[in-house]
Amino acid sequence: MRTNIREWSLLASAVVLLVSPCVCRAQITEYQQHQWLRMESHIGNLTGHARAAEMDYRRYCVGCHGELGDGNGENAPWVDPKPRDFELAIFKCRSTPTGTLPTDEDLFNSIARGLDRSNMPQWSTFTKQMRADLVAWVKHFSPRWQTEKPGTPIQIPPEPEVTADRIKDGQAVFQKVECWKCHGVTGKANGPSAATLTDDQNRPISAYDFTEGARPKCGDTDQDLYRIFMTGLDGTPMPSFADNIKPDEAWDLVFYLRTLEPQKSKEKEIAKQLGLKPVAPSTAPAAAPPQ
Amino acid sequence: MKARYKVAGMTSVLLSLAFCLLWSTGSVSAAAEGKITGTVKLDGAAPHMKGIDMSKDPYCVKQHENSPAHLENVIVGPGGGLQNVVLYISDGLSGAEASQVPSQEPVFDQKNCMYTPHVLAMNVNQKFKVNTSDQTTHNIHPLPNALAGNIPWNKSQPPGAPPIETSWKTEEVAIPVKCNIHPWMHGYFVVVKGPYATTDEKGSYTIANLPPGSFTVTAWHEEYGTQTQKVTVAAGKAGTADFTFKAK
Repeated sequence: MRTNIREWSLLASAVVLLVSPCVCRAQITEYQQHQWLRMESHIGNLTGHARAAEMDYRRYCVGCHGELGDGNGENAPWVDPKPRDFELAIFKCRSTPTGTLPTDEDLFNSIARGLDRSNMPQWSTFTKQMRADLVAWVKHFSPRWQTEKPGTPIQIPPEPEVTADRIKDGQAVFQKVECWKCHGVTGKANGPSAATLTDDQNRPISAYDFTEGARPKCGDTDQDLYRIFMTGLDGTPMPSFADNIKPDEAWDLVFYLRTLEPQKSKEKEIAKQLGLKPVAPSTAPAAAPPQ
Repeated sequence: MKARYKVAGMTSVLLSLAFCLLWSTGSVSAAAEGKITGTVKLDGAAPHMKGIDMSKDPYCVKQHENSPAHLENVIVGPGGGLQNVVLYISDGLSGAEASQVPSQEPVFDQKNCMYTPHVLAMNVNQKFKVNTSDQTTHNIHPLPNALAGNIPWNKSQPPGAPPIETSWKTEEVAIPVKCNIHPWMHGYFVVVKGPYATTDEKGSYTIANLPPGSFTVTAWHEEYGTQTQKVTVAAGKAGTADFTFKAK
Protein backbone atom coordinates (compact mmCIF):
# COMPACT_ATOMS: atom_id res chain seq x y z
CA MET A 1 0.00 0.00 0.00
CA ARG A 2 2.66 2.40 1.09
CA THR A 3 4.86 1.74 -1.95
CA ASN A 4 1.80 2.24 -4.06
CA ILE A 5 1.28 5.76 -2.72
CA ARG A 6 4.95 6.51 -3.18
CA GLU A 7 4.85 5.32 -6.76
CA TRP A 8 1.78 7.34 -7.51
CA SER A 9 3.19 10.50 -6.03
CA LEU A 10 6.41 9.96 -7.96
CA LEU A 11 4.47 9.49 -11.16
CA ALA A 12 2.32 12.53 -10.46
CA SER A 13 5.31 14.77 -9.78
CA ALA A 14 7.01 13.47 -12.91
CA VAL A 15 3.96 14.38 -14.92
CA VAL A 16 3.83 17.84 -13.36
CA LEU A 17 7.52 18.34 -14.05
CA LEU A 18 7.14 17.29 -17.65
CA VAL A 19 4.02 19.27 -18.36
CA SER A 20 4.80 22.52 -16.56
CA PRO A 21 7.49 23.80 -18.98
CA CYS A 22 5.12 23.21 -21.89
CA VAL A 23 2.39 25.19 -20.15
CA CYS A 24 4.81 27.99 -19.37
CA ARG A 25 6.16 28.13 -22.89
CA ALA A 26 2.77 28.42 -24.52
CA GLN A 27 2.07 32.12 -23.95
CA ILE A 28 -1.63 31.61 -24.44
CA THR A 29 -3.74 28.54 -23.97
CA GLU A 30 -5.61 26.92 -26.79
CA TYR A 31 -8.85 28.01 -25.20
CA GLN A 32 -7.69 31.63 -25.21
CA GLN A 33 -6.64 31.34 -28.81
CA HIS A 34 -10.09 30.10 -29.75
CA GLN A 35 -11.63 32.99 -27.85
CA TRP A 36 -9.38 35.46 -29.62
CA LEU A 37 -10.17 34.03 -33.01
CA ARG A 38 -13.79 34.87 -32.29
CA MET A 39 -12.85 38.57 -32.20
CA GLU A 40 -15.30 40.86 -33.93
CA SER A 41 -15.19 44.44 -35.09
CA HIS A 42 -18.14 46.81 -35.35
CA ILE A 43 -18.06 49.71 -37.77
CA GLY A 44 -21.45 51.33 -38.17
CA ASN A 45 -23.73 48.44 -39.03
CA LEU A 46 -20.86 46.32 -40.40
CA THR A 47 -19.60 43.41 -38.33
CA GLY A 48 -16.14 42.07 -39.05
CA HIS A 49 -15.05 38.54 -38.12
CA ALA A 50 -11.40 37.77 -37.43
CA ARG A 51 -11.46 34.29 -38.97
CA ALA A 52 -12.81 35.64 -42.25
CA ALA A 53 -9.70 37.80 -42.67
CA GLU A 54 -7.10 35.10 -42.20
CA MET A 55 -6.42 34.57 -45.91
CA ASP A 56 -6.45 38.29 -46.74
CA TYR A 57 -3.98 38.93 -43.94
CA ARG A 58 -1.70 36.17 -45.28
CA ARG A 59 -1.91 37.62 -48.75
CA TYR A 60 -1.62 41.35 -48.15
CA CYS A 61 -0.32 42.08 -44.65
CA VAL A 62 1.91 39.27 -43.43
CA GLY A 63 4.96 40.43 -45.42
CA CYS A 64 5.44 43.41 -43.13
CA HIS A 65 3.32 42.78 -40.04
CA GLY A 66 4.38 39.13 -39.73
CA GLU A 67 2.69 35.85 -38.97
CA LEU A 68 2.34 36.76 -35.30
CA GLY A 69 1.29 40.33 -35.97
CA ASP A 70 4.37 41.56 -34.11
CA GLY A 71 5.60 43.74 -36.97
CA ASN A 72 8.46 41.34 -37.75
CA GLY A 73 7.46 40.23 -41.23
CA GLU A 74 10.20 39.38 -43.73
CA ASN A 75 10.13 42.91 -45.21
CA ALA A 76 10.30 44.61 -41.83
CA PRO A 77 14.10 45.05 -41.70
CA TRP A 78 13.96 47.16 -44.87
CA VAL A 79 10.95 49.22 -43.90
CA ASP A 80 11.03 52.57 -42.11
CA PRO A 81 8.94 53.58 -40.22
CA LYS A 82 8.64 50.04 -38.88
CA PRO A 83 5.38 48.10 -39.31
CA ARG A 84 3.02 48.29 -36.32
CA ASP A 85 3.32 45.62 -33.66
CA PHE A 86 -0.30 44.53 -33.29
CA GLU A 87 0.50 42.63 -30.12
CA LEU A 88 1.32 45.88 -28.30
CA ALA A 89 -1.73 47.53 -29.89
CA ILE A 90 -0.14 50.99 -29.76
CA PHE A 91 -1.40 52.97 -32.74
CA LYS A 92 -0.60 56.42 -34.11
CA CYS A 93 -3.93 57.25 -35.69
CA ARG A 94 -6.68 57.28 -33.08
CA SER A 95 -9.71 59.34 -32.23
CA THR A 96 -9.16 58.29 -28.59
CA PRO A 97 -6.95 59.87 -25.88
CA THR A 98 -3.27 59.01 -25.51
CA GLY A 99 -2.69 55.67 -23.73
CA THR A 100 -5.97 54.12 -24.87
CA LEU A 101 -6.94 51.62 -27.55
CA PRO A 102 -8.26 53.04 -30.83
CA THR A 103 -11.85 52.45 -31.93
CA ASP A 104 -12.63 49.85 -34.60
CA GLU A 105 -13.44 52.72 -36.91
CA ASP A 106 -9.98 54.25 -36.39
CA LEU A 107 -8.32 51.02 -37.56
CA PHE A 108 -10.84 50.66 -40.39
CA ASN A 109 -9.97 54.17 -41.61
CA SER A 110 -6.21 53.57 -41.31
CA ILE A 111 -6.42 50.51 -43.58
CA ALA A 112 -8.18 52.47 -46.34
CA ARG A 113 -6.21 55.70 -45.91
CA GLY A 114 -2.81 54.11 -45.62
CA LEU A 115 -0.02 55.98 -43.89
CA ASP A 116 1.77 58.48 -46.13
CA ARG A 117 5.56 58.47 -46.12
CA SER A 118 5.55 54.92 -44.78
CA ASN A 119 5.28 51.55 -46.50
CA MET A 120 1.63 51.21 -45.53
CA PRO A 121 -0.31 51.72 -48.77
CA GLN A 122 -3.94 52.70 -49.19
CA TRP A 123 -5.95 49.48 -49.30
CA SER A 124 -8.80 51.33 -50.94
CA THR A 125 -9.54 48.42 -53.28
CA PHE A 126 -10.67 46.28 -50.36
CA THR A 127 -14.39 46.00 -49.79
CA LYS A 128 -15.70 47.45 -46.57
CA GLN A 129 -16.40 43.92 -45.32
CA MET A 130 -12.78 42.88 -46.00
CA ARG A 131 -11.53 45.86 -44.05
CA ALA A 132 -13.91 45.20 -41.17
CA ASP A 133 -12.76 41.56 -41.03
CA LEU A 134 -9.12 42.67 -41.09
CA VAL A 135 -9.75 45.05 -38.19
CA ALA A 136 -11.04 42.08 -36.16
CA TRP A 137 -7.98 40.06 -37.21
CA VAL A 138 -5.61 42.87 -36.23
CA LYS A 139 -7.30 43.01 -32.81
CA HIS A 140 -7.04 39.26 -32.25
CA PHE A 141 -3.25 39.55 -31.97
CA SER A 142 -3.31 41.55 -28.73
CA PRO A 143 -4.48 40.42 -25.30
CA ARG A 144 -5.20 44.08 -24.59
CA TRP A 145 -8.54 43.86 -26.38
CA GLN A 146 -9.62 41.20 -23.89
CA THR A 147 -9.02 43.39 -20.85
CA GLU A 148 -9.33 46.98 -22.07
CA LYS A 149 -11.97 48.97 -23.88
CA PRO A 150 -11.15 51.56 -26.56
CA GLY A 151 -10.94 55.10 -25.20
CA THR A 152 -13.80 57.55 -25.61
CA PRO A 153 -13.23 59.52 -28.83
CA ILE A 154 -12.33 63.14 -28.23
CA GLN A 155 -15.05 65.67 -29.00
CA ILE A 156 -14.38 67.92 -31.97
CA PRO A 157 -16.60 71.01 -31.94
CA PRO A 158 -17.96 72.30 -35.29
CA GLU A 159 -15.31 74.06 -37.33
CA PRO A 160 -15.55 77.85 -37.04
CA GLU A 161 -15.02 80.35 -39.87
CA VAL A 162 -11.37 81.17 -40.67
CA THR A 163 -10.49 84.74 -39.72
CA ALA A 164 -7.28 86.76 -39.52
CA ASP A 165 -7.64 86.88 -35.74
CA ARG A 166 -7.96 83.13 -35.50
CA ILE A 167 -4.78 82.64 -37.55
CA LYS A 168 -2.89 85.08 -35.34
CA ASP A 169 -4.22 83.33 -32.23
CA GLY A 170 -3.23 79.98 -33.74
CA GLN A 171 0.30 81.27 -34.18
CA ALA A 172 0.32 82.29 -30.52
CA VAL A 173 -0.65 78.72 -29.57
CA PHE A 174 2.10 77.35 -31.86
CA GLN A 175 4.55 79.59 -30.00
CA LYS A 176 3.14 78.91 -26.51
CA VAL A 177 3.04 75.11 -26.56
CA GLU A 178 6.30 75.17 -28.53
CA CYS A 179 5.37 73.09 -31.58
CA TRP A 180 8.44 74.70 -33.17
CA LYS A 181 10.82 72.80 -30.87
CA CYS A 182 10.43 69.84 -33.24
CA HIS A 183 8.48 71.09 -36.25
CA GLY A 184 10.61 74.26 -36.65
CA VAL A 185 9.49 77.90 -36.75
CA THR A 186 8.47 77.61 -40.41
CA GLY A 187 7.12 74.04 -40.05
CA LYS A 188 10.12 72.57 -41.85
CA ALA A 189 10.72 69.90 -39.20
CA ASN A 190 14.05 71.49 -38.29
CA GLY A 191 13.40 72.64 -34.73
CA PRO A 192 16.18 72.34 -32.12
CA SER A 193 14.85 68.97 -30.89
CA ALA A 194 14.11 67.49 -34.33
CA ALA A 195 17.46 65.76 -34.85
CA THR A 196 17.36 63.63 -31.70
CA LEU A 197 13.78 62.36 -31.85
CA THR A 198 13.26 58.65 -31.25
CA ASP A 199 10.15 56.48 -31.17
CA ASP A 200 9.05 54.20 -28.32
CA GLN A 201 11.54 51.52 -29.42
CA ASN A 202 14.35 54.08 -29.44
CA ARG A 203 14.55 54.18 -33.24
CA PRO A 204 15.25 57.53 -34.92
CA ILE A 205 12.12 59.22 -36.22
CA SER A 206 11.55 62.55 -37.93
CA ALA A 207 9.01 65.24 -37.17
CA TYR A 208 6.33 66.05 -39.76
CA ASP A 209 7.49 68.64 -42.31
CA PHE A 210 4.55 70.94 -43.07
CA THR A 211 6.38 72.65 -45.95
CA GLU A 212 6.63 69.47 -48.04
CA GLY A 213 2.96 69.42 -48.87
CA ALA A 214 2.74 65.71 -48.08
CA ARG A 215 -0.35 64.37 -46.39
CA PRO A 216 -0.04 63.92 -42.63
CA LYS A 217 0.01 60.23 -41.65
CA CYS A 218 -3.34 60.31 -39.91
CA GLY A 219 -5.30 62.20 -42.56
CA ASP A 220 -5.42 65.69 -44.03
CA THR A 221 -8.85 67.10 -43.27
CA ASP A 222 -9.06 69.94 -40.75
CA GLN A 223 -10.67 67.46 -38.33
CA ASP A 224 -7.76 65.05 -38.81
CA LEU A 225 -5.23 67.79 -37.95
CA TYR A 226 -7.27 68.75 -34.88
CA ARG A 227 -7.32 65.09 -33.79
CA ILE A 228 -3.57 64.56 -34.35
CA PHE A 229 -2.39 67.08 -31.77
CA MET A 230 -5.23 66.51 -29.32
CA THR A 231 -4.76 62.71 -29.15
CA GLY A 232 -1.04 62.55 -29.85
CA LEU A 233 0.48 59.87 -32.07
CA ASP A 234 1.15 57.04 -29.61
CA GLY A 235 4.42 55.23 -30.13
CA THR A 236 6.05 58.43 -31.44
CA PRO A 237 7.42 61.58 -29.77
CA MET A 238 4.23 63.49 -30.69
CA PRO A 239 2.41 64.05 -27.38
CA SER A 240 -1.21 64.80 -26.66
CA PHE A 241 -1.99 68.48 -26.11
CA ALA A 242 -5.55 67.81 -24.94
CA ASP A 243 -4.83 69.07 -21.39
CA ASN A 244 -3.29 72.30 -22.59
CA ILE A 245 -5.07 73.47 -25.72
CA LYS A 246 -8.75 74.45 -25.40
CA PRO A 247 -11.09 73.32 -28.20
CA ASP A 248 -11.43 76.85 -29.57
CA GLU A 249 -7.65 77.38 -29.55
CA ALA A 250 -7.25 74.01 -31.25
CA TRP A 251 -9.17 75.28 -34.26
CA ASP A 252 -7.00 78.41 -34.31
CA LEU A 253 -3.94 76.18 -34.38
CA VAL A 254 -5.37 74.07 -37.24
CA PHE A 255 -5.81 77.28 -39.29
CA TYR A 256 -2.29 78.44 -38.50
CA LEU A 257 -0.80 75.05 -39.46
CA ARG A 258 -2.47 75.43 -42.87
CA THR A 259 -0.46 78.61 -43.47
CA LEU A 260 2.76 76.57 -43.21
CA GLU A 261 1.76 74.25 -46.06
CA PRO A 262 2.74 75.00 -49.64
CA GLN A 263 -0.80 74.35 -50.94
CA LYS A 264 -3.06 77.28 -51.82
CA SER A 265 -5.62 77.83 -49.09
CA LYS A 266 -7.77 80.53 -47.59
CA GLU A 267 -5.53 80.45 -44.53
CA LYS A 268 -2.39 81.00 -46.61
CA GLU A 269 -4.07 83.88 -48.41
CA ILE A 270 -4.97 85.57 -45.12
CA ALA A 271 -1.47 84.99 -43.73
CA LYS A 272 -0.02 86.68 -46.83
CA GLN A 273 -2.32 89.68 -46.41
CA LEU A 274 -1.33 89.88 -42.74
CA GLY A 275 2.35 89.65 -43.66
CA LEU A 276 2.64 86.93 -41.01
CA LYS A 277 6.25 86.22 -40.01
CA PRO A 278 7.38 82.90 -38.47
CA VAL A 279 7.40 82.73 -34.68
CA ALA A 280 10.63 83.94 -33.11
CA PRO A 281 11.66 81.97 -30.04
CA SER A 282 12.72 84.68 -27.60
CA THR A 283 16.26 83.42 -27.08
CA ALA A 284 18.79 82.04 -29.49
CA PRO A 285 20.42 78.67 -28.79
CA ALA A 286 23.64 79.09 -26.83
CA ALA A 287 26.96 77.41 -27.57
CA ALA A 288 27.37 73.85 -26.32
CA PRO A 289 29.01 73.63 -22.88
CA PRO A 290 32.13 71.48 -22.55
CA GLN A 291 31.45 67.79 -21.86
CA MET B 1 -27.38 14.88 21.99
CA LYS B 2 -28.14 17.07 19.03
CA ALA B 3 -28.42 20.16 21.20
CA ARG B 4 -25.01 19.49 22.63
CA TYR B 5 -23.49 19.41 19.14
CA LYS B 6 -25.21 22.68 18.37
CA VAL B 7 -23.76 24.35 21.45
CA ALA B 8 -20.34 22.97 20.69
CA GLY B 9 -20.63 24.18 17.09
CA MET B 10 -21.74 27.65 18.12
CA THR B 11 -18.99 28.07 20.66
CA SER B 12 -16.33 26.96 18.21
CA VAL B 13 -17.63 29.42 15.62
CA LEU B 14 -17.68 32.20 18.18
CA LEU B 15 -14.24 31.29 19.43
CA SER B 16 -12.75 31.23 15.96
CA LEU B 17 -14.40 34.57 15.20
CA ALA B 18 -12.93 36.04 18.35
CA PHE B 19 -9.53 34.67 17.42
CA CYS B 20 -9.81 36.17 13.97
CA LEU B 21 -10.71 39.55 15.47
CA LEU B 22 -7.87 39.39 17.94
CA TRP B 23 -5.43 38.34 15.28
CA SER B 24 -6.45 41.00 12.81
CA THR B 25 -6.46 43.86 15.33
CA GLY B 26 -3.13 42.56 16.62
CA SER B 27 -1.59 42.65 13.19
CA VAL B 28 -3.00 46.13 12.50
CA SER B 29 -1.57 47.61 15.69
CA ALA B 30 1.79 45.96 15.05
CA ALA B 31 1.67 47.03 11.39
CA ALA B 32 2.61 50.63 12.09
CA GLU B 33 5.62 49.76 14.20
CA GLY B 34 7.95 47.39 12.42
CA LYS B 35 10.51 48.61 9.92
CA ILE B 36 13.57 47.63 7.95
CA THR B 37 16.50 49.99 7.75
CA GLY B 38 19.84 49.80 6.08
CA THR B 39 22.36 51.30 3.72
CA VAL B 40 23.08 50.57 0.11
CA LYS B 41 26.65 51.03 -1.04
CA LEU B 42 28.58 50.85 -4.23
CA ASP B 43 31.74 48.77 -4.08
CA GLY B 44 34.36 50.21 -6.42
CA ALA B 45 34.86 53.47 -8.24
CA ALA B 46 31.69 55.28 -9.26
CA PRO B 47 31.47 55.64 -13.05
CA HIS B 48 31.98 59.12 -14.45
CA MET B 49 28.67 60.88 -15.03
CA LYS B 50 28.90 62.83 -18.28
CA GLY B 51 28.01 66.46 -18.41
CA ILE B 52 24.81 67.23 -20.31
CA ASP B 53 24.79 69.41 -23.40
CA MET B 54 21.56 71.37 -23.08
CA SER B 55 22.31 73.80 -25.93
CA LYS B 56 19.12 72.74 -27.72
CA ASP B 57 17.21 74.80 -25.22
CA PRO B 58 18.66 78.12 -23.99
CA TYR B 59 16.25 78.09 -21.04
CA CYS B 60 17.76 74.83 -19.79
CA VAL B 61 21.31 76.14 -20.29
CA LYS B 62 20.48 79.20 -18.22
CA GLN B 63 19.20 77.11 -15.29
CA HIS B 64 22.57 75.39 -15.04
CA GLU B 65 24.84 78.43 -15.53
CA ASN B 66 26.36 78.00 -12.09
CA SER B 67 25.94 74.27 -11.56
CA PRO B 68 26.65 72.18 -14.65
CA ALA B 69 24.18 69.33 -15.15
CA HIS B 70 25.36 65.74 -15.17
CA LEU B 71 23.66 62.45 -15.90
CA GLU B 72 22.14 60.88 -12.80
CA ASN B 73 22.28 57.15 -13.57
CA VAL B 74 24.72 56.50 -10.70
CA ILE B 75 24.91 58.94 -7.79
CA VAL B 76 27.33 57.95 -5.06
CA GLY B 77 27.63 59.95 -1.85
CA PRO B 78 30.59 60.23 0.52
CA GLY B 79 31.33 56.81 1.99
CA GLY B 80 30.04 55.01 -1.09
CA GLY B 81 26.30 55.38 -0.36
CA LEU B 82 24.30 54.69 -3.50
CA GLN B 83 21.36 57.03 -4.11
CA ASN B 84 18.10 56.28 -5.94
CA VAL B 85 17.95 52.60 -5.03
CA VAL B 86 14.36 51.49 -4.51
CA LEU B 87 13.75 48.91 -1.76
CA TYR B 88 10.52 47.02 -1.48
CA ILE B 89 9.07 43.86 0.03
CA SER B 90 8.96 41.26 -2.73
CA ASP B 91 7.76 38.44 -0.47
CA GLY B 92 6.22 37.95 2.99
CA LEU B 93 3.34 40.41 2.98
CA SER B 94 -0.25 39.17 3.12
CA GLY B 95 -2.53 40.11 0.24
CA ALA B 96 -4.26 42.76 2.36
CA GLU B 97 -0.97 44.24 3.55
CA ALA B 98 0.43 44.36 0.04
CA SER B 99 -2.62 46.08 -1.40
CA GLN B 100 -2.71 48.94 1.10
CA VAL B 101 -2.16 52.16 -0.81
CA PRO B 102 -0.92 55.35 0.87
CA SER B 103 -3.15 58.37 0.32
CA GLN B 104 -0.13 60.67 0.03
CA GLU B 105 0.67 61.57 -3.60
CA PRO B 106 4.34 61.51 -4.62
CA VAL B 107 5.40 64.23 -7.04
CA PHE B 108 7.60 63.84 -10.11
CA ASP B 109 8.79 67.31 -11.00
CA GLN B 110 10.34 68.63 -14.19
CA LYS B 111 12.76 71.20 -12.84
CA ASN B 112 15.70 72.86 -14.57
CA CYS B 113 15.17 70.40 -17.44
CA MET B 114 15.86 67.43 -15.17
CA TYR B 115 13.56 65.00 -13.37
CA THR B 116 13.25 65.51 -9.61
CA PRO B 117 13.49 62.89 -8.26
CA HIS B 118 15.34 60.92 -10.92
CA VAL B 119 13.62 57.74 -9.65
CA LEU B 120 10.12 57.85 -8.18
CA ALA B 121 8.77 54.82 -6.32
CA MET B 122 5.07 54.32 -5.72
CA ASN B 123 2.45 51.65 -5.09
CA VAL B 124 0.13 50.08 -7.59
CA ASN B 125 -2.95 52.34 -7.81
CA GLN B 126 -1.27 55.07 -5.76
CA LYS B 127 -2.04 58.47 -7.26
CA PHE B 128 1.01 60.53 -8.17
CA LYS B 129 1.53 63.90 -9.79
CA VAL B 130 3.69 64.93 -12.72
CA ASN B 131 4.50 68.58 -12.26
CA THR B 132 6.45 71.13 -14.27
CA SER B 133 8.38 73.96 -12.64
CA ASP B 134 10.05 74.96 -15.90
CA GLN B 135 9.42 77.84 -18.28
CA THR B 136 9.91 75.58 -21.28
CA THR B 137 7.63 72.93 -22.79
CA HIS B 138 8.22 69.30 -21.82
CA ASN B 139 6.51 66.17 -23.00
CA ILE B 140 6.20 63.46 -20.42
CA HIS B 141 6.43 60.05 -22.02
CA PRO B 142 6.45 56.97 -19.75
CA LEU B 143 7.25 53.70 -21.55
CA PRO B 144 5.89 50.74 -19.59
CA ASN B 145 5.46 47.30 -21.11
CA ALA B 146 1.95 47.49 -22.58
CA LEU B 147 1.56 43.71 -22.45
CA ALA B 148 2.22 43.59 -18.70
CA GLY B 149 -0.74 45.83 -17.89
CA ASN B 150 0.54 49.42 -17.75
CA ILE B 151 -0.06 51.38 -20.93
CA PRO B 152 2.38 53.97 -22.33
CA TRP B 153 1.13 57.54 -22.83
CA ASN B 154 2.62 60.82 -23.97
CA LYS B 155 1.44 64.25 -22.85
CA SER B 156 2.69 67.76 -23.37
CA GLN B 157 3.29 70.09 -20.42
CA PRO B 158 3.91 73.68 -21.49
CA PRO B 159 5.01 76.26 -18.87
CA GLY B 160 2.35 76.78 -16.23
CA ALA B 161 0.43 73.63 -17.17
CA PRO B 162 -1.44 72.02 -14.27
CA PRO B 163 0.03 68.81 -12.82
CA ILE B 164 -0.99 65.51 -14.40
CA GLU B 165 -2.51 63.24 -11.75
CA THR B 166 -2.48 59.55 -12.57
CA SER B 167 -1.53 56.07 -11.32
CA TRP B 168 -0.30 52.68 -12.58
CA LYS B 169 -2.40 49.52 -12.68
CA THR B 170 0.20 46.80 -12.06
CA GLU B 171 3.62 46.24 -10.52
CA GLU B 172 6.49 47.16 -12.82
CA VAL B 173 10.15 47.55 -11.92
CA ALA B 174 10.82 49.86 -13.60
CA ILE B 175 9.02 52.10 -16.10
CA PRO B 176 11.42 54.34 -18.06
CA VAL B 177 10.16 57.88 -18.59
CA LYS B 178 11.56 60.36 -21.06
CA CYS B 179 11.09 63.76 -22.65
CA ASN B 180 11.43 63.69 -26.43
CA ILE B 181 12.05 67.44 -26.60
CA HIS B 182 15.00 67.22 -24.18
CA PRO B 183 16.54 63.81 -24.96
CA TRP B 184 18.81 63.85 -21.90
CA MET B 185 15.77 63.83 -19.60
CA HIS B 186 15.44 60.29 -18.45
CA GLY B 187 14.05 58.79 -15.25
CA TYR B 188 12.08 55.90 -13.80
CA PHE B 189 8.79 55.12 -12.11
CA VAL B 190 9.10 52.08 -9.87
CA VAL B 191 5.69 50.56 -9.20
CA VAL B 192 5.55 48.05 -6.33
CA LYS B 193 3.14 46.57 -3.82
CA GLY B 194 3.40 47.22 -0.09
CA PRO B 195 5.76 49.49 1.87
CA TYR B 196 8.80 50.76 -0.02
CA ALA B 197 11.68 53.21 0.34
CA THR B 198 14.25 54.98 -1.82
CA THR B 199 17.83 55.57 -0.69
CA ASP B 200 18.93 59.12 0.09
CA GLU B 201 22.26 60.75 -0.79
CA LYS B 202 23.98 58.69 1.94
CA GLY B 203 22.51 55.48 0.59
CA SER B 204 20.31 55.02 3.69
CA TYR B 205 16.72 53.92 3.70
CA THR B 206 13.88 52.94 6.03
CA ILE B 207 10.94 50.84 4.98
CA ALA B 208 8.30 51.71 7.62
CA ASN B 209 4.85 50.38 8.51
CA LEU B 210 5.77 46.70 8.53
CA PRO B 211 3.99 43.99 10.53
CA PRO B 212 6.18 41.44 12.31
CA GLY B 213 7.28 38.61 10.04
CA SER B 214 9.88 37.31 7.64
CA PHE B 215 10.31 39.26 4.45
CA THR B 216 12.30 39.27 1.29
CA VAL B 217 13.60 42.74 0.57
CA THR B 218 14.50 43.57 -3.01
CA ALA B 219 16.85 46.42 -3.85
CA TRP B 220 16.64 47.77 -7.39
CA HIS B 221 19.06 50.14 -9.10
CA GLU B 222 18.75 51.26 -12.72
CA GLU B 223 22.36 50.38 -13.63
CA TYR B 224 23.12 47.51 -11.24
CA GLY B 225 19.87 45.54 -11.31
CA THR B 226 18.36 43.81 -8.30
CA GLN B 227 19.53 42.08 -5.13
CA THR B 228 17.44 40.39 -2.47
CA GLN B 229 17.84 39.61 1.23
CA LYS B 230 15.72 37.83 3.79
CA VAL B 231 14.96 39.90 6.87
CA THR B 232 12.98 39.08 10.00
CA VAL B 233 11.11 41.87 11.73
CA ALA B 234 10.08 41.29 15.35
CA ALA B 235 6.93 43.03 16.58
CA GLY B 236 7.55 46.75 16.73
CA LYS B 237 11.28 46.41 16.09
CA ALA B 238 13.55 47.26 13.20
CA GLY B 239 15.21 44.66 11.01
CA THR B 240 18.34 45.58 9.05
CA ALA B 241 19.42 44.82 5.53
CA ASP B 242 22.51 46.41 4.01
CA PHE B 243 23.22 45.93 0.33
CA THR B 244 26.37 46.34 -1.72
CA PHE B 245 26.35 46.63 -5.48
CA LYS B 246 29.57 46.02 -7.37
CA ALA B 247 30.69 48.79 -9.71
CA LYS B 248 30.91 47.54 -13.28
